[in-house]
Amino acid sequence: MYPDDFYYSKDHEWAQVKDDTATVGITDFAQKQLGDVVYVELPKVGTTLEFHQSLGVVESVKAVSDIYSPLSGEVIAVNEELNGSPELINEDSHGKGWIIRLKIKDKSETEKLMSAAEYEKFLEGIED
Amino acid sequence: MNYTSLSDKDKKEMMAKIGITSVDELFRSIPEGLRLKKVLNIPASLSEPELLSFFEKVRVQNKCSDCLSFLGGGAYNHFIPYSVDYLSSRGEFLTPYTPYQPEVSQGTLQIIFEFQTLICQLTGMDIANASLYDGASATAEAVLMAHRLQGKPKALIAKTLNPQYREVIGTYVKNMAIEAEEVGYSSSGEIDFEDLKQKIDEETSVVVCQSPNFMGVIENIKKISELAHTHHSLCTAVIAEPVSLGILEAPGKLGADIAAGEGQSFGIPLSFGGPYLGFMACKKDFIRQLPGRIAGQTTDVEGRRGFVLTLSTREQHIRREKATSNICTNQAWCALRATVFLESLGQEGMKELALQNIHKANYAREKLTQLEGVKAIFSGSSFNEFVLQLPKDLTHINEFLEKKKIIAGLKLEEFYPELKNCALFCVTEMHRKEDIDNLVKSLNEGLG
Amino acid sequence: MIREPLIFELSAKGKRAFAFPKLDVPANEETIKNLATRKEIEGFPEVSEVEVVRHFTRLSQTNHCVDIGFYPLGSCTMKYNPKINEKVASSPEFLSTHPLAPPEFVQGNLEILKKTEGILAEITGMEAFTLQPSAGAQGELVGMMLIRAYHQEQGNPRKFVLIPDSAHGTNPSSAHICGYQVKEIKSNDKGTIDTEDLAQNMTEEVAALMVTNPNTLGIFENDIKKITQIVHDQGGFVYMDGANMNALTGICRPGDMEVDVIHLNLHKTFSTPHGGGGPGAGPVGVNRKLEPYLPIPVIVKKEERWSLDFNRPQSIGRVRSFFGNFLVVVKALSYVLSLGPEGLQEISEIAVLNSNYIRKSLEQDFHLKYQTPTLHECVFSDKFQREQGIQNIDIAKRLIDFGLHPPTMSFPLIVYGALMIEPTETESKRDLDLFIEAMKQIAKEAKEKPEILKSAPHQSYVRRLDETTAARKPVLRWAAPQSQEGKKE
Repeated sequence: MYPDDFYYSKDHEWAQVKDDTATVGITDFAQKQLGDVVYVELPKVGTTLEFHQSLGVVESVKAVSDIYSPLSGEVIAVNEELNGSPELINEDSHGKGWIIRLKIKDKSETEKLMSAAEYEKFLEGIED
Repeated sequence: MNYTSLSDKDKKEMMAKIGITSVDELFRSIPEGLRLKKVLNIPASLSEPELLSFFEKVRVQNKCSDCLSFLGGGAYNHFIPYSVDYLSSRGEFLTPYTPYQPEVSQGTLQIIFEFQTLICQLTGMDIANASLYDGASATAEAVLMAHRLQGKPKALIAKTLNPQYREVIGTYVKNMAIEAEEVGYSSSGEIDFEDLKQKIDEETSVVVCQSPNFMGVIENIKKISELAHTHHSLCTAVIAEPVSLGILEAPGKLGADIAAGEGQSFGIPLSFGGPYLGFMACKKDFIRQLPGRIAGQTTDVEGRRGFVLTLSTREQHIRREKATSNICTNQAWCALRATVFLESLGQEGMKELALQNIHKANYAREKLTQLEGVKAIFSGSSFNEFVLQLPKDLTHINEFLEKKKIIAGLKLEEFYPELKNCALFCVTEMHRKEDIDNLVKSLNEGLG
Repeated sequence: MIREPLIFELSAKGKRAFAFPKLDVPANEETIKNLATRKEIEGFPEVSEVEVVRHFTRLSQTNHCVDIGFYPLGSCTMKYNPKINEKVASSPEFLSTHPLAPPEFVQGNLEILKKTEGILAEITGMEAFTLQPSAGAQGELVGMMLIRAYHQEQGNPRKFVLIPDSAHGTNPSSAHICGYQVKEIKSNDKGTIDTEDLAQNMTEEVAALMVTNPNTLGIFENDIKKITQIVHDQGGFVYMDGANMNALTGICRPGDMEVDVIHLNLHKTFSTPHGGGGPGAGPVGVNRKLEPYLPIPVIVKKEERWSLDFNRPQSIGRVRSFFGNFLVVVKALSYVLSLGPEGLQEISEIAVLNSNYIRKSLEQDFHLKYQTPTLHECVFSDKFQREQGIQNIDIAKRLIDFGLHPPTMSFPLIVYGALMIEPTETESKRDLDLFIEAMKQIAKEAKEKPEILKSAPHQSYVRRLDETTAARKPVLRWAAPQSQEGKKE
């Protein structure tokens, strides 16, 4: 379920790190909690984000959730496809439903994040 | 009368079920020290006949219903088709609440959807909300909305925007990072374009102008919005007398980005100022920042068309402190009245209504300015209101006319100290020729 | 039932539903020549009067409403709206008064406003009232502005407003518009304000606490005196959201609890019709300390006549035009006068009795998160039913099949899957029993045939609607067929 090569945050974001860039999205658990996503508010390319800073929101019909940046860095791309097809988050949250791409500022911050195994364990604690 | 429905037997049975012997036991969670030890000091209960006679005594102290009034200034006396009263008094419209459960609220929701459409058609905008409180607070909301969209601190407000609307903007922006600055008016009665040019800059979020403005003068919205756009700011057109939209070009077609205003003219009686009907419409790109309820079209599980409240995540019950506005209850029933009114008048009726207003006001203005010393001080074109300067003390003239049961023009000096002895007159389709002639004759006597 | 089209779909050129008298003054076409005019209002409907009347009558028949039946929307107080109030408010003397008419012409209206202010002050134990706010949320905003104006004058407007996690969403939203940051106060396991959490957060940078009492769970904040004390000790104000005043009229008074400012909802406690979502009215009551800041104009008596006082230098200004929703005030006054002091006390008693009867009758069937006694409303949840995969929305939709309006859903936020029930005092035992029976039946169905709940409602004019598509691909207005096709491209 949760790809092994991703990092995970307690706020249910994932980050896939390649060299000095990271692709960021919300986890399958998060999309299920939200239900049908109807809108994603994306940041502007060029925005600088601190660790755990809100980068935008995902909305379902009756809920709004902040998306927190799992790493600090500069936004170098956003998933424009979400504007017309927010359902990508529900359909493929770990793939086509990616949200932003970051140029990472401090790679050591990944140490604050969880591995897939750790995240799954973390979810067990929530889901009961 | 307390309008409760329990018999003594019911009460006993219910208390037995709960396991109490007196209703008082249910209030035990209220500390004894806080319990009211006396009977409230308010008048004793009245029966229906007594109630009617109480209000009879109070209301005869009002002296408006048999007066000839030429007041406008944000509240307009128009004819209301009887079907508006008839249909809006139905319990199915009067006694439900906000349509939180769409399956049992399709009537309310479809009417909101039709209302939104009518407002879009009138204003030439893409989208509209389900209503706001009144024109003044809708205008203030438009300023806040423009600020959220543009993120710039300055709002330029035409001095010819209704003074009460300006006050409400002032109250709303006081605690926000918005600086509201006024733009003067010219000898035509329009916004002072030179003043606007000087004050507008890249820090300006929005230019707010009213048309027809408080002086009754029609603004050049095209020119104002073009200037606003060159400075990357928005233009909000405020429509306080929307009957004008029966003949005047839609603000959206003239370049305005947001239209906000007062819908009282559409089937809502003067009612001493409320309830009225705020409305707001805008370009579709601004949808996420539009405040208030919005109805949208969808389908049910059987594929039939239906309507729901939608995009609720903008609103306070979901987004709490980050909501676009704190508004919850709005003016749905007034919007219903407006919808019946507009659909009854229709295409031809709206045009005819607007034309009658313009012709009658024009007739009155011509006749009145033929009186010795009476001047129309603004050269701009007007709709159903105009400003006249009188050669004598206005307070005395008004008192003279009031004795003849005529409430003539609104004294402008209170809002614009520079406009000495100037009055704002409003003439609508409700004034017959003989009413206007009566005003002319009486004013002539007063001046003589 | 006939499916009613949109009015635009009935429109055809040449039909009309209204005629004006012939223009009786000369039409000077020159006046129009120089204006930026329009040829037509694009898409505007043209229908006959019969079509208009049938259109709205048919649409009306798809609405549930208080006149038809039970409407237990928690925190909305959907009580019966007495008809005499409508009659009183429809007098031509009220309808025809222009709000800018000289005070001499509107003495009766001013008398009504002043009398209502006085009565509301007595009911709440406050010193003064403004009737200007158009609804509860605007009342909250006014209340917060008064508080800010006071602090500002002391030299520091302060930064924070404390709000319990059980509060209505308008509270944080109103505080925010007033320039404050919101800090949430936790509820304890009894469902009331955690006074320790409050004491910890209550500093000299806190402008006010906003408290709803009884709170949104229907529970009276019995530590209210301690709460107001904690806030006052740090120089803060206590704002009370009076949305639930229906539980307290004639029983106890916010003023006696040392509350500094309160708003009431005339469309809740004071029986004015909800109108499908307004107009309401949200009068605000204050103590002496905050009175100078009330919105202008204030109605004052001079030489036995009512007049308007605009000269109030400390006033926060205006929040809307004119005097507020005057006709709503007229209806509320008519209501209070018909009740009298004993009647006002009775409505709270019966409202609380009705609510407790429902609570007791359903507590075996639905989960009650808090066992604390409640007043005028109670909040169940779908916890028992969730085991069958049933959510509160399914329960709500199934109620519609029984001809009943569902309770408030998913609020307050501290109860997951909430069903908030407020029966009000006007309901008969028969109506309460019908609701109880239906709820019991639904609890049974949840166990035995949950599918019937998930696919509910089955009997209504439309069935469950697709809210997701409505939000993803918003269609917010009708468009003429050709331009609709254009949209699809």
